[in-house]
Amino acid sequence: MSAAQFLESQWRELLALTAQHVALVAAAVGAAVAVGIPLGILLTRRASLKRPVLAVAGVLQTVPSLALFGFLIPLPFVGGIGARTAVVALALYALLPVIRNTVTGIEGVDRSVREAAEALGMTNRQILRQVELPLAAPVILAGVRVATVISVGVATIAAAVGAGGLGMYIFRGLRQNDNALILAGAIPAALLALAADWALGLLESHFDARSRAAREDTTDGRRRALARRIVYASLVAAFVAAGLVFWNLGRGGRAGVLKNVADGTNDGRAVRVCSKDFTESLILSEALAQTLEARGVRVERSYELGGNLCHDALVAGRLDAYPEYTGTSFTAILKHNPVTDPRAVYEQVRREYGEKFSLEVGPPLGFSNDFAILVRGDEARRLNLRTVSDAVPHARAWRAGFGQDFMSRKDGYEGFARAYGLRFGAQPREMDLSLTYRALAARQVDIIAGNSTDGLIGALDLFQLEDDRRYFPPYEAVIVFRRDALAASPGARAALDELGGALTTEEMRRLNYEVDGRKRAVAEVVREWREGKAK
Amino acid sequence: MTDNSGAVVKFSGVGYRPPGAPSHVLAGLDLEVRRGETLVLLGESGCGKTTTLRLVNRMLVPTDGAVTVEGRDTREWDAVRLRRRAGYVIQEAGLFPHFTVERNVALVPALEGWPPERTRERVRELLTLVGLDPGRFAARFPRELSGGQRQRVGVARALAADPPLLLLDEPFGALDPLTRASLQREFAALQKRLAKTCIFVTHDVREALTLGTRVALMHAGRLLLVETPERFLSSTDERARAYRETLRLPAPALAALAAETSAATGDAPRDVRGDAT
Repeated sequence: MSAAQFLESQWRELLALTAQHVALVAAAVGAAVAVGIPLGILLTRRASLKRPVLAVAGVLQTVPSLALFGFLIPLPFVGGIGARTAVVALALYALLPVIRNTVTGIEGVDRSVREAAEALGMTNRQILRQVELPLAAPVILAGVRVATVISVGVATIAAAVGAGGLGMYIFRGLRQNDNALILAGAIPAALLALAADWALGLLESHFDARSRAAREDTTDGRRRALARRIVYASLVAAFVAAGLVFWNLGRGGRAGVLKNVADGTNDGRAVRVCSKDFTESLILSEALAQTLEARGVRVERSYELGGNLCHDALVAGRLDAYPEYTGTSFTAILKHNPVTDPRAVYEQVRREYGEKFSLEVGPPLGFSNDFAILVRGDEARRLNLRTVSDAVPHARAWRAGFGQDFMSRKDGYEGFARAYGLRFGAQPREMDLSLTYRALAARQVDIIAGNSTDGLIGALDLFQLEDDRRYFPPYEAVIVFRRDALAASPGARAALDELGGALTTEEMRRLNYEVDGRKRAVAEVVREWREGKAK
Repeated sequence: MTDNSGAVVKFSGVGYRPPGAPSHVLAGLDLEVRRGETLVLLGESGCGKTTTLRLVNRMLVPTDGAVTVEGRDTREWDAVRLRRRAGYVIQEAGLFPHFTVERNVALVPALEGWPPERTRERVRELLTLVGLDPGRFAARFPRELSGGQRQRVGVARALAADPPLLLLDEPFGALDPLTRASLQREFAALQKRLAKTCIFVTHDVREALTLGTRVALMHAGRLLLVETPERFLSSTDERARAYRETLRLPAPALAALAAETSAATGDAPRDVRGDAT
């Protein structure tokens, strides 16, 4: 699809996502300013607080965003799934530059000026408002500028907690191996960052009183004054937009709660279905959602959450159901060492989920999404490779590219290499899982660890090497459901049972390919699949 | 604390030890500043003269003894009220860089809530008084002024609300010698007209002798002597002699200077530079 075609067909969504992005950033920076400037002022008054507060703000900035979301989701008021959590996280990231520059700006005011102000009988308040803040304004604004640019970038992550924004395109693009989509998110985000930087830079020079006088007299000055007014207006507009969006969200949230309370019973309660941020999870969630809806259960969809945020949200009672893999539950969530017997894994996960989290693990969906060690098809044919053991002698000359997940988990790279006595010439390159397929096809790397159900395996002519030593633990797909939500509606129980054994590995690959390879909408693909089964 | 001696500021057994410091930076200070006089605090850096000045307008509070201003202990004064009655001029002027000359000078009147018309009139009057044409200078920013002009604005700002007391902390210290001399002359003339009570801090003995009604010599946190300029020149005190020697004047010139200073803050600007070396 060309850029023009894309714009023509997607401009509404692009505009909506951009607006969401701006609203997220404006709300987050607004909050960071509202908290950070007074806090910074306080730190210049209470020297003993300065180090600890700046240290905490500094540490906050180093917390990875997904981890921060994980912490925030269970919290009351600030937590949950959606824009609020994203804004809180963004605001926490934006806090440090605002506080630090406020402190630096105020402390940078000439000693003799401060002394004169005091000696002339200005009160502390007057010194702050008439002397310190105006003189520190350019430095403080520079901090706000940095915070804003950081926020525009970090806000792309907000898509991971279902807060929308341009990150939706980027994640979707990565998942579907679609450069145009990645750019559709990345370019507007970059333009936003540039625009914010330019606008605040203009504001900053305005506040630099030292150059004000010289500026006002000239025509150039008048032109800039006009530009400045536009900047003010657009900043105000951004804040108003942010305010409206959040007012709306708040209203929606309250109304939802009130409705549940008013119903008294749980019959009318929606089941909140979650998906992780990859295609297969989306398809499975949509399959669950449509099955539920077919049985008259109302569904709220919160799709594309990053990392293990779905699990966190279920445990915190924010969401009710999502598709999971037994191997992930067993090692990443329950922290057990990998076991290769599928039955044993399933039974133990089912038991421990019930005991520890009050979560029900439904019957296996019928396929498993195991790690698949992949090489290029032509290479496999040329070297006559069939199993992983066949590939071991060639590994020294190969470059490997693995996802972060595979590199870090217990049943991942380290154990795998040990089990097969596998040694690569160089340390494997760590990259985003969705990028590894493309890297393999483009001969950037020679071996990757993908997913056995990935639609790209067929589309890119990749070959899966058989795990002949049975190293990889099973990753059977299941639906995890909150027990209270399941008990609340009989339709939910029936839907869960209906999905048991409903999908084979081949079917799953095909569905994945429909979405990833043929760029079709998930809901449509799932509908077709359900209709096909009904026949 | 009744005051009958005409003392505007009175130090009684004053000592000051900064918080956390091991020893006093000022001790056993007894001193009166009389109405209308210019008392010069003379001494090298770190001798406690700036500390003494800051005790007057309650920028500091004494740790021993008491400082009274117009008969009232500074601790009983509201700090803001006290400071608005004591104009303050510091080295490099300390002008607000984001205010015009006019707003700088109008600061205290504005804080005091004067009507704008009266404030504007006062600013014009003061700028004229310190030798700056209001039409040319009122709208300028401090960075658009020379060092001497900035210092003049500093003086005008200190005088704006007509405070009875002026505190000056090395006001001419950062200026080049020619500008300094001319500002000193003008200050002397101004002082003669306005008859403010002034406390003037300097480490320049020539400046002290030219401008002071009395000179208070300080060393290492102690007051050594308080003398009129001519008696200072003939003092037998070791430190006073040491300062005198820095003038490096031949005996006749010294006598001439003594005669000159005995006329106190003189009637006309005089140039003593010609006498030096």
